[in-house]
Amino acid sequence: MTMDSIALSRQMLDGDKMIVNMGPSHPTTHGTLRIVLELEGETITKATPEMGYLHRGVEKLGESLSYQQFIPLTDRLNYCSSIMNNVGYCTAVEKLLDIPIPKRAQHLRVLLSELARVADHIVCVGVNAVDIGAFTAFLYLFKQRETAYELFELASGQRLHTSFTRIGGLMRDIPAGFVPLAERFLVECSAAIDELERLLTHNPIWHDRTKGIGAISAEDAINWGYTGPCLRAAGVPQDLRKAQPYLGYETYDFDIAIGTTGDVFDRYLVRVEEMRQSLRIIRQVLDRLEPGPVIVDDPKVALPPKEKVYTRMESLIHHFKLIMHGMEMPVGEVYSATEAANGELGFYLVSDGGKNPYRIRVRPPCLPIFSSFEDQVKGGLIADAVAVLGAMNIIAGELDR
Amino acid sequence: MIIEHIDAQLPGTVTDRHDFRGDQTIVIARGDLLAVVDLLHREGFQLLVDITAVDWPQREVRFDVVYHWLNLASQERLRVKVPVAEGQSVPSLAILFKTANWFEREIIDLFGITFEGHPDPRRLLTWPDFPGHPLRKDFPLDGGDVFCMEGCTAPYNNGERNQEER
Repeated sequence: MTMDSIALSRQMLDGDKMIVNMGPSHPTTHGTLRIVLELEGETITKATPEMGYLHRGVEKLGESLSYQQFIPLTDRLNYCSSIMNNVGYCTAVEKLLDIPIPKRAQHLRVLLSELARVADHIVCVGVNAVDIGAFTAFLYLFKQRETAYELFELASGQRLHTSFTRIGGLMRDIPAGFVPLAERFLVECSAAIDELERLLTHNPIWHDRTKGIGAISAEDAINWGYTGPCLRAAGVPQDLRKAQPYLGYETYDFDIAIGTTGDVFDRYLVRVEEMRQSLRIIRQVLDRLEPGPVIVDDPKVALPPKEKVYTRMESLIHHFKLIMHGMEMPVGEVYSATEAANGELGFYLVSDGGKNPYRIRVRPPCLPIFSSFEDQVKGGLIADAVAVLGAMNIIAGELDR
Repeated sequence: MIIEHIDAQLPGTVTDRHDFRGDQTIVIARGDLLAVVDLLHREGFQLLVDITAVDWPQREVRFDVVYHWLNLASQERLRVKVPVAEGQSVPSLAILFKTANWFEREIIDLFGITFEGHPDPRRLLTWPDFPGHPLRKDFPLDGGDVFCMEGCTAPYNNGERNQEER
């Protein structure tokens, strides 16, 4: 018997299965995800995702916090673009209260949301490329991400956990240096995206590693509950900014990028195009920014300015009432969805009229996407699983809540 | 509009309905769920956005299982609520909608509601021998002393193990 045939017969005897743990702290999982892979050679025969390593019980905590106090917890959902979670949550509470927010607050929310979308896609595309082996694109892009974070810092005083929105508007107005830096960012980021495309889009190695990997049909994507770039890459032009506009998105001129096959390459292209479209939106916001209040003038919702609290009895009472007793909430339930970087970020609020929400449900966009992981990688190679995982843009903070 | 369709084609299934801030909600019995879902699917409500539950311990029928659907063609949303009492189970939608699989596992985990015909009814977020269901209203916020409950193998007892175990 030759060595080859011995090896072959042994393989047939025990099936030659190997179980490999990917995660919970594997460099390509970007957070604490664990995937138990069952391998035959290098082919994946079974992949069992395990989650919950970052479960902090955000929904439970929300039931014991006031509506305003929940905002910092939303930062920690998708921590790559925390401002979009702030906006999504505050939009939900404002829908429950049925209050409009000032024009300038809307504009600034759009401006910062789109900045966050660019920053989030930079992380996703850059890190996906690193996982596959293309390191340079990541470095080119992260310079721009740094500028985006500087802009967040200018606006909110925080780089990652912004907590920038308040119910009814924003925490504060943007400082003087913000707009010039944003203008510079528009030019430089656009150039960096061109550089990224020169590095990857026509790169044959990138094509070999991404084309056809993780392909999904539009029907399957809808059935799996895909939203956001992954759904659009499969050819469904669903973008809540267009389909169910909020914050005045219907007044901006931008296009939805869609793909055809839903594979890793299409998801990459969709994200790159979305970055450009986001820059277009930011350009338009900067052009129409006008001075004005950034939070509603309603003492039952928003805290009065500090100087008034110190000098006027009325304002002091309002301040005290809001802090101690919270807002007067109507009884009812709302579901409000916004288009976050990963897809539809939904907040389902049930109010019994009390100071705290009776139930807060966060609908994370990446949970349904991640649940299709086994389906996506079965029969593929480990290297492809890494590519698929990166293109799904799973953020553990949002997945586990 | 969809509610009228349901009313016309499956008369008597909608036990309650309301419209709050533009969100349409219908309440149906758990026995009618599969028929309604089938109709919704045919009517174009193909994106099952979310499944969650709400606990109302003072109510006789304790839980509401809440489904959110989106019609991608007309962008209409519909919320379907299914009241379910402690110990009762709801038919699983995991066969019809693959996305229901994990959402239902999450409810199994956090609320302890069972789903009939679920292909993989394991806990999703917490570990298999986790005591209790965290999102129930009677589960204490700090976890309480459930970690010291009888039969629990986890070594949480002010950092000390039980006398017997030593």
